[in-house]
Amino acid sequence: MPNLEHPAYPADKLLQLESLVPCRESQVSLLLSIFGERQQFSFPSIFIYGHTSSGKTYVMQTLLKTLELPHVFVNCVEYFTSRLLLEEILSQLQSYSSEAEQTSHVPCDTFNDFVRLFKQAAASQELQNQTVYVVLDRAEQLREMEANILPAFLRLQELTGRNVTVVLLSEIVWELFRSSIGCFEPFTLYFPDYSIGHLQKILSQNHPPSYSADFYAAYINILLGVFYMVCRDLKELQYLAVLNFSKYCEPVVRGEANERDSRKLWKNIEPHLKKAMQTVYLREISSSQWERLQHDDGEPGQLKGLSAHTHVELPYYSKFLLIAAYLASYNPVRTDKRFFVKHHGKIRKTKFMKKHEKTSNHLLGPKPFPLDRLLAILYSIVDSRVVPTAHIFSQITSLVTLQLLSMVGHNDHLDRPRYKCTVSLDFIRAIAR
Amino acid sequence: GCFVFKPSPKKRKVSPERADQFQGSSSDSEDSKLRFVTYQALWNQIKTETEKIQEDFNKQLFDNLVSFLKRSHSSFQGKTTEWACQVKSREIPTAALVLGVNVTDHDMTFRNLSEVLQNNITPYLALLEAKDCPGVKNLMQKLLGQLMNCSVDVDSLEDEDSGQVPQNRIRCSMTSLVHWYESVTKKTDSETPSKKRSFPSKHWQSPPVVVIFKDLESFTTKVLQDFIIISSQHIHELPLVLIFGIATSPMIIHNLLPHSVSSPLCIELFQSLSCKDHLSTIIEKVLLTPQFPFKLGGKVLQVLFNIFLYHDFSVQNFIKGYQLSMVEHFYSQPLSVLCCQLADAKMRANTLSHDQCENIRRLPSFRRYVESQVSEKQIALLTADSCLKETVQKLLEDLHVYQENYVPVLRCLHVFTSSLPKYPLGKQIRELHCTCLEDQVWETEEYESSLQLARMLNKSDLVTMLQQCVEIFVSSSGKEFDKTVEKLREFLTRFQTLEEAFQERDVSASPQKELQKKTDLYHLQKTLLELKETRRSKLTRFETLRLEVVDYLDSLVRKYLLPADHKPLHEIVFFNTASVLREHLNAAPRIAVHAALNNPYCYLKNKALKSDGGSISNKAPDICLAYRLHLECGRLINLVDWLEAFSTVVMAAERPNADAASSEQDDDIIHARFIRAVSELELLGFIKPSKQKTDHVARLTWGGC
Repeated sequence: MPNLEHPAYPADKLLQLESLVPCRESQVSLLLSIFGERQQFSFPSIFIYGHTSSGKTYVMQTLLKTLELPHVFVNCVEYFTSRLLLEEILSQLQSYSSEAEQTSHVPCDTFNDFVRLFKQAAASQELQNQTVYVVLDRAEQLREMEANILPAFLRLQELTGRNVTVVLLSEIVWELFRSSIGCFEPFTLYFPDYSIGHLQKILSQNHPPSYSADFYAAYINILLGVFYMVCRDLKELQYLAVLNFSKYCEPVVRGEANERDSRKLWKNIEPHLKKAMQTVYLREISSSQWERLQHDDGEPGQLKGLSAHTHVELPYYSKFLLIAAYLASYNPVRTDKRFFVKHHGKIRKTKFMKKHEKTSNHLLGPKPFPLDRLLAILYSIVDSRVVPTAHIFSQITSLVTLQLLSMVGHNDHLDRPRYKCTVSLDFIRAIAR
Repeated sequence: GCFVFKPSPKKRKVSPERADQFQGSSSDSEDSKLRFVTYQALWNQIKTETEKIQEDFNKQLFDNLVSFLKRSHSSFQGKTTEWACQVKSREIPTAALVLGVNVTDHDMTFRNLSEVLQNNITPYLALLEAKDCPGVKNLMQKLLGQLMNCSVDVDSLEDEDSGQVPQNRIRCSMTSLVHWYESVTKKTDSETPSKKRSFPSKHWQSPPVVVIFKDLESFTTKVLQDFIIISSQHIHELPLVLIFGIATSPMIIHNLLPHSVSSPLCIELFQSLSCKDHLSTIIEKVLLTPQFPFKLGGKVLQVLFNIFLYHDFSVQNFIKGYQLSMVEHFYSQPLSVLCCQLADAKMRANTLSHDQCENIRRLPSFRRYVESQVSEKQIALLTADSCLKETVQKLLEDLHVYQENYVPVLRCLHVFTSSLPKYPLGKQIRELHCTCLEDQVWETEEYESSLQLARMLNKSDLVTMLQQCVEIFVSSSGKEFDKTVEKLREFLTRFQTLEEAFQERDVSASPQKELQKKTDLYHLQKTLLELKETRRSKLTRFETLRLEVVDYLDSLVRKYLLPADHKPLHEIVFFNTASVLREHLNAAPRIAVHAALNNPYCYLKNKALKSDGGSISNKAPDICLAYRLHLECGRLINLVDWLEAFSTVVMAAERPNADAASSEQDDDIIHARFIRAVSELELLGFIKPSKQKTDHVARLTWGGC
């Protein structure tokens, strides 16, 4: 295992850092060597990517905090316009300079202003001899802002002429960032997924104070055995570990088993975890409901999950409208005459054609249909005469707002609106009953 | 085929400041004012009643929600550093509120909900609608605007400058919201006790910030996702609670949000009661009560129920329809002055003017009544106002008593019919009510069959039903029911004794033994037939009693469940002109346009346009002529032929014998008029230019509508 070593930073800090970022030592040491010493200019921009919860944000944050490097940490989702983003960076930067009295925020509309203000802020006493790190989390959002933002951030060092390094964190690869006009290529660094061993190690680290580390590690082992097949998300596993731990401890608390009696504990927890996989993991029921369930030791049958409530009560004509829409979406136009006209003449049975239809239609998904066709089918499937009142039309629009139908094309198409039916066959079956 | 539709005609606003508008009808101003006042008083009563019902209806749901909210941020309050709380406190508590598809009613529910929350939980509440939030930016703007305004309200007018900061100058980010929250909570903490008023006692130190998404289905996925991600990062500093208003099913949450976004949510489900239940309570408490003198006739009720069940499920719309029929009744029926509480009505009847007396004499139900009287009485009623007034008072009282008796008997009948298999008279009391109002219920086939079925009920059911009936009669206000209650109790005791007698009586020689002896098929058949005969002829005591009960019920129904229009003066309290209501509520845009174009007289009311049957009056507007002509064509219309036909019709109107000199100019004018008419038709969506043939247009509608 490579110990972190760097001449510029005190050894105890490095040791502390190492304990905080398990399983990411190699990445951290690489980053440290790129950063160099405090006053040295570093690479202008670094791009770090990796799958969700592979520790990108966490590692960056702990690294900068423990080594007390001056930095700005911004989430691009939170600051959703370029203006908000730039102003936030500036205000965080201002908080470093001690002499600057709490200035009210400076308006910063363009990147040009930003560069100017950044120069001013970075010129202060405290920041002069150090590299400033600007970390942009979820950098993929930058692509949706103005076209100049991303290339300009990549060359911030050059534009401002200050000692600054921009770090971009993202879940997608750099190739998807490249714009057509070309830009400065950052140094890219990949954070690989944690392996099962890593997960075990990281999860075991955060053990509750009242139990021994070994006991908790055994628990994590069981947990990973159940969940590793479906979920490798560290956050999610941590969440599940916390939720189910009290159940695991139960036999110990009751005195039926001691901490080493792993077989007994396993028997106790295993069905419970499987149940959790079907409910809490899918967010069918909430964590607090899950906890109450554990307390009462009740069956989860009495507490229905979200997807158990699929039935939707609809007015009479809405039901028929929805059924008509479904028929219009999944039947080809040429069969309408055959299905809905009473005296349609002979049905020519061509087996080949039928076979072909059966395979395709439900796999292809719903097709758009015009309003006329919907109403024509509606008239033919409702027994009594339907008057095309305003109620019927407003029901169509309300079905659209309920997302049971969806409008195809633009809303402006007043004269020939086209719709699609977005509900499934099961839903229609439930309604038609 | 169909074309673009117009929005349904706005319901008539009932906001006449003065009663002047009620004078439109023929009667004198005095009565119309009185009518208006009566209407307003009655409507206010009904409105408060319905609002109360709505509040009670949602009470359970709101209580659950409130307790959820109280629970949700308890960890934020205590700042516990317990090990297990680390993970859980990262979650945003979320209530998924399933309200049903009647979106029009939701406004009311949310208004009540926000009131309840503001009184019990938190002053910091924001209601968001999808149409205001096409992007995250708009959402944040809206959110901050609502939250910060409410803070200004709470802190009175002292810090006016903060209230005057224009919306766009506040930075719309979560950080500014967090700062705002910190400052607000700190302020209320440090406030002197004298200034506190009742505010901190009701809320805690740091009340949660509640954000309600009124219509979750309409929000775009991206906006929701971004908002949740942003707020999940600040959950430590800002105790946020989300409430999702869902119209369809909670599955929509999973459809809208990917797992990574829904994982920081701690979702709990809350389901409101069905809107049908709501309607039933409204019917129970507003329609089926003698408290309100105004009644709806069977046809009108049918129209309102149909709109509810077939179209919108909206209780608000039902109440609106009820209000509309009330307005219509008080507006169009001059005698509706008498539609008030009995004591008032009697007094008013005493002071009726001569015109009003004539109005009463003209009522069909009253004429029928007069005809049934002896001749001297007839003359007196038709000539002397004083005699008439006396009779009217008596009849009004009769009508009142009839209504009082009607409801409990109806409920009794409902108790019986609602437990029969297949529900021949309907499952709900509203269906039964409609049938009874329409015509004599005992003459219908369904009634007959339900009595048949009632004669086959088993004993325990029958006894429970009788007990229910007794309860209904005892709690009812009718005075005539003492005897009925007695009779029913007697039935009950007889059932009781029957049971005892049955236990004592030993089972008579079972015919089964005899059956086993016979092996011959012929004999077997014979004995079986005999057995059947004896069964039929000899009823057990239970069966006779059952028959008696059913017959008694039948007699009650025949006595009390008379249809309303058999009663004299029913026009005063019953509104039964369903056609008016249908016209106002069931807008049929297509039919209206067709009627306007086909028969312009029906809207323009110009004598010259009055046409007889199928011919086209040539004085009609150009567009009507063009429309009538195009009805005769096929799918593709030749423009030249159409123009020819058009000019023939127009020329026939203007100058039957025009001279050739000016016809050139006329032709141009007619051409221009024709083109305008055609383009108007295109605008209305009847035709469109076709690409198949150059000088043709395609018809978009078929048939005569």
